[in-house]
Amino acid sequence: MWSVIKGRWTSLGLESYMKVKNYVRFEFNSLPENVAFARSCVGAFASQLDCTLEDIEEIKLVVSEAVSNSIIHGYNNDPSQKIEVIVSIFDNGSLEIIIKDFGKGIENIEQALEPTYSSDPSHMGLGFTFMRSFMDEMEVISEPGKGTSVRLLRHFPSRGHQAMA
Amino acid sequence: MKADFKQVRDTLVVRISGELDMLVADQLRQAIDQRLDAASIRTLVLNLEKVTFIDSSGLGVIIGRYKKVSAQQGRMYIVGACTSVEKILHFSGIDKLVPLYRSEKDVVSN
Repeated sequence: MWSVIKGRWTSLGLESYMKVKNYVRFEFNSLPENVAFARSCVGAFASQLDCTLEDIEEIKLVVSEAVSNSIIHGYNNDPSQKIEVIVSIFDNGSLEIIIKDFGKGIENIEQALEPTYSSDPSHMGLGFTFMRSFMDEMEVISEPGKGTSVRLLRHFPSRGHQAMA
Repeated sequence: MKADFKQVRDTLVVRISGELDMLVADQLRQAIDQRLDAASIRTLVLNLEKVTFIDSSGLGVIIGRYKKVSAQQGRMYIVGACTSVEKILHFSGIDKLVPLYRSEKDVVSN
C-alpha cells in the first residue's frame, strides 16, 4: 500500500506524536443527500479551531470531494453502502479528516491522483487536486475490493493554540 | 438548489440558488440542456449570485454546458459569483473559458 503526502510518495507507517484534543466520528449511507450533511458537520466541528471563514469553506470543499468520490467511484452510486468520517483536532492545532469507504477501491492510485484524470468524462478530475491544494497533507490508502481511505491534514498552528487557551 | 429560467430572444439566463454539489448536478444539467435543446440559444448566462457552495460536481455542470454551447457556436457567461465560488472557478481554470461578470447588466453592456 502506498500513500502520497504533498505529492511525495512514501510507504505507510506514519506515527502521530500529536495528542488528540477533540474528535468526532460518524457514519452514514452513501446517499448524495449526505454529502452536504458531511461537509456541514466537519465545517462546524472545525470552526472551534480559530480559523477563518475561508478556511472553513475550503474544509467543506475537500470533504465534499472525498465523500462524492466514495459515492460515485467507491460505490458506483449504490446508496445503501457505508461511509465513515473521523475528524480530530490535535493539541498543536492541526485538523485531521479521515473519509473511509468500503467500496471497490482504486486500482491505480497514481493515475487517480493525476490532476486531470477522471474515470467519468463528465467530471473534470479535480477532486484530488482540490484536496491536495487546500490541505497540507493528503494520504490515499486503497485496496481493490476492500475500499478507500483518504486522510487529510491541515495545520492551524498559532491560531489553534489561541483557540484552545 | 433552485433554478429560474428566463429567455429573451436567443439568450437564456439561469438564476441558480443554493449549493451546487452531486445531489443537484444531474437535475441542473438536465434542466439547462432541455432548454438549450428546445430553443436555438446563442448566449447562456449563469447567474450564481445566490450560489453559496460549489464543488467539482457543480463545476462539471458548468464545463459541460460550456462545451455544449460552444459546439453550437454560442457564448456563455457567469455572473455574480461570490468570493468563495469565484475562487473555485478561478482555481479550476473555468474563468479562462467562461468570462465572469459582476451582474447581468454588465454582460449586456459588454
